[in-house]
Amino acid sequence: MANRKKRKTPNLNSSSMADISFLLLTFFLMTSSMDTDSGLARRLPPPPQNEEQLQKMDVQRRNLMVVLVNYQNQIMVRTQAGDEWYNNIAELQGTGGKVPLKEKVKEFVLNANNRFDLPELIEEDFGPPIGKVLVTPDHVISLQNDATTSYKAYIAVQNELVKAYNELRDQAAKKYFGRSYKELLPEQQEQINKLYPQRISEAEPKDYVQQGGGR
Amino acid sequence: MGKFNKSAGTREVPELNTASMPDLVFAILFFFMVTVSMRSETLIVRFTLPTASEVQKLEKKSLVTYINIGIPLDPRLGIGTRMQLNDKLAEVSDIQDYIAQEKSRLNEADQQFMTVSIKADENTKMKYISDVKQALRKAYALKISYSARKGEN
Repeated sequence: MANRKKRKTPNLNSSSMADISFLLLTFFLMTSSMDTDSGLARRLPPPPQNEEQLQKMDVQRRNLMVVLVNYQNQIMVRTQAGDEWYNNIAELQGTGGKVPLKEKVKEFVLNANNRFDLPELIEEDFGPPIGKVLVTPDHVISLQNDATTSYKAYIAVQNELVKAYNELRDQAAKKYFGRSYKELLPEQQEQINKLYPQRISEAEPKDYVQQGGGR
Repeated sequence: MGKFNKSAGTREVPELNTASMPDLVFAILFFFMVTVSMRSETLIVRFTLPTASEVQKLEKKSLVTYINIGIPLDPRLGIGTRMQLNDKLAEVSDIQDYIAQEKSRLNEADQQFMTVSIKADENTKMKYISDVKQALRKAYALKISYSARKGEN
């Protein structure tokens, strides 16, 4: 009995605890990836039900902007209001003194002066505080590429198109809500998105080389 | 002088108490476990993503399916553009099965939100990307994202 009184529970030696937890920490650091994936979001059209339906899409000529990227990564932009050529991506962004694609897209989507050769203006109600505004809901930007167009150029063009829309939306957000687009509530962003819907169509590629250069 | 000498002999540097060290490290460990996702696949193709300034973050990682397109790391597997699905090289014709398989993993309510992230090398020819896109359309995986690095463009 006397012996038992003297006995103490020994302390658990926890000096190696730190080592063990460091080991676990390094393991997780090595095996996990911090990078969040980011990219340009797109929505593909559903597959055609039959072959005939493939090319049938009635778009008025004035509502259509065709952006062609060829195998040398040169870009041609065609609207009813006129054509424009860009020799490379830098020119597309406005370094060569040409009107950058982004400005052309903005002009096309807005049609501020109600020109007959730019998309049709239709009055639509977007709810308060925007109200009834003249917009171009039927405009289509058709992005076409060649079989050997590089992915880099394609993404650069896509990026310019998205940039044009983003700038338009930002402008509208400042005008109607007095704040930049990023600071708006989700419902308000939705309203602005309806005002300027992204209508980019990605056509099937045309293989110009194999078809003997014909269109 | 004497004052200094007097105390020097008796004073000891107190030992640093490391008892809270494991707690601290565990706190960091849990932080990492919660915030990061496990690296799910080892890449066997090499790619440099194109840069774009208007990128959006992909929100729900569990809903994202990846398609990697690039040149195989191992030259024995070829030097042309190849596609990696689920840790192995695949052909464009395999996409439909792959998407169906990935879709069945999600629950029914989430299937419509499934996003396919195309991670392709910037020098890939568009023919390849277009073929992939057509295959995705046929598989009804219509939400896609062209993966890109954020950068000045």
